[in-house]
Amino acid sequence: MTLDPTLVLAQSEGGFFRNRSSGVDKCVESNGFCPSWIVHHLDRYTTPFEQHLVLVVVSVGLGFLVAFALALLAHRRRWLVAPVTQITGILYTIPSLAAFFILLPITGRGRTTAIIALTAYTLLILFRNIVDGLDGVPAEARDAGRGMGLTERQLLWRVELPLALPAIMAGLRIAATTTVGLAALAFYAGAGGLGEPMEADKAFDSNVVAAGGLCVVMAVALDGLLLLTQRLLTPWTRARAA
Amino acid sequence: MTPSTSAQPEGPSSHPQAATLEFDNVRKVYDGSDQPAIADLSFEVPAGEICVLVGPSGCGKTTAMRLVNRMIEMTSGDILLDGESVRDKRPADLRRQIGYAIQQIGLFPHDTIGDNIATVPKLLGWKKDQIRARVDGLIELIGLDPGEVRDRYPAQLSGGQRQRVGVARALAADPLLMLMDEPFGAIDPINRERLQNEFLRLQSELRKTIVFVTHDIDEAIKMGDRIAILKKGGVLAQYAKPAELLMHPADDFVEDFVGADRALKRLALRRVRDVDLWTAPRVRVGDTVAAAHEAIAGSDVSYPLVVDDDGRPVAWLDEDDLRGERIEPGTGSPVQTVECDDVLRDALSELLTSQVQYGAVVEPSGQVVGVLSIEIIHEFLVPEAEGEVAPA
Repeated sequence: MTLDPTLVLAQSEGGFFRNRSSGVDKCVESNGFCPSWIVHHLDRYTTPFEQHLVLVVVSVGLGFLVAFALALLAHRRRWLVAPVTQITGILYTIPSLAAFFILLPITGRGRTTAIIALTAYTLLILFRNIVDGLDGVPAEARDAGRGMGLTERQLLWRVELPLALPAIMAGLRIAATTTVGLAALAFYAGAGGLGEPMEADKAFDSNVVAAGGLCVVMAVALDGLLLLTQRLLTPWTRARAA
Repeated sequence: MTPSTSAQPEGPSSHPQAATLEFDNVRKVYDGSDQPAIADLSFEVPAGEICVLVGPSGCGKTTAMRLVNRMIEMTSGDILLDGESVRDKRPADLRRQIGYAIQQIGLFPHDTIGDNIATVPKLLGWKKDQIRARVDGLIELIGLDPGEVRDRYPAQLSGGQRQRVGVARALAADPLLMLMDEPFGAIDPINRERLQNEFLRLQSELRKTIVFVTHDIDEAIKMGDRIAILKKGGVLAQYAKPAELLMHPADDFVEDFVGADRALKRLALRRVRDVDLWTAPRVRVGDTVAAAHEAIAGSDVSYPLVVDDDGRPVAWLDEDDLRGERIEPGTGSPVQTVECDDVLRDALSELLTSQVQYGAVVEPSGQVVGVLSIEIIHEFLVPEAEGEVAPA
């Protein structure tokens, strides 16, 4: 589902969303909150919702890959932890809006710009959580693993990462939820998303509630999905002395 | 995998293998330290024996143990397993042939008990059904129920059960050698005693070569076929069998470390059945007094012991009880019995507690086999001129 960014732009500026189509409704006329209007016009949010979801999934996914690689490097070379934390911390403090505008001359308008900014934004959370998770592996489990003849790589994949999984998943959940919120600004970079219809007719409560509500639904759904994944992957965390 | 006498991928064998272990002038100096942690350590552990490394904290006993599976690399010297240097193997391969059990156990919290025990067999590439059979066999060996425990997680077991699983995991691939670092250190005294006994029983069947680290001299004496006492700087103070250590400490340090009660500790090395007991002057209810006098005459004990039809002790008789013509039922004073599998220390303690001179030594069936007296224990404690015979 590749979208022509210029088309997206044209839609919002061409008053596509200002056309409320059922102008006779009193509630709509007064910019109120009209459930029946929302129900009847939910389809106009389908494309922005899909754009939004792709932005979030791709950004968190890329962010995870980058943070994971950095965390594995820093896990064996401890001196890397401080500089990586500082750099990702700086990225984290740049307002996403500013990041979009800084990137525009380099990467132009469109999804790439938004994804770069959103990805950078997830790095601190994900890196910290992966490093903390690996640090939290009990020293005796590590010692026993080495003592039984696991190589460093086997130790990492069979012992350390599984035990770090709860912390890693917690990081992913925070990153996903935060990115859903931030992606609402992605339309400034020309990447669409649910921020676009919201901005197009922000005086109309029904429109704002529908677009905002869909953001919340997406965040809750992603969070639930990640939580479910975590529960399936870590049955041992719930197996306490019966 | 490396060739030769290494662990057998076929699984548990009917002829368990064990390796001899030799420390040859081993020295370890940590970077940035001018004092060695281990100084020219040399000793040899015969195959199938438990060698206990013991000493005060900071003596390097754990370091010495970890040099064997190269968790710590030695600076100079060599360690030989069945004559082959541990340096000739890749550390991971070496470690898969050596059982490893530590005080903190280090079970993997995210793996079930079955998966934990299967760790090394999986690394060695055993087949699934072999692993399954081995895991269940080991869980039974440590006295747990495979069906109940196999699919549980470590957090669902008690401390003592986890400790047993740790030992089972170390035994899983039928290793040539076991390294055990204070394996019972974190267990309460009552359960520790039980685990020690269980382990000794296990070892009497498995006959593994074991390096066992502890700071507790009593545990060392109980568990060790041989004991290496280390002092600060990793210097070997004495390497000897427990009895030898107690009888002839090499220097003041060893004497001090073994403790002022070392004579009493020797009593813990010998079982009642292993000493020369006195013959019990057995009589039965209804026997003539003359027969009772005859029984006393043929024994070191001057009081007749009444036994029942199954040979179980009933009562001691004194002169007052021997005034009639025949031995009457219900006469005499109660008997303190001593199990023949007890160690002398416990037997002595029982005699002292009940304030008697003699204990009737009984088989597990309850039958009297002899009499243990304070005198016998005294003779055992006074070193004989011929020299002490090492305990069995």
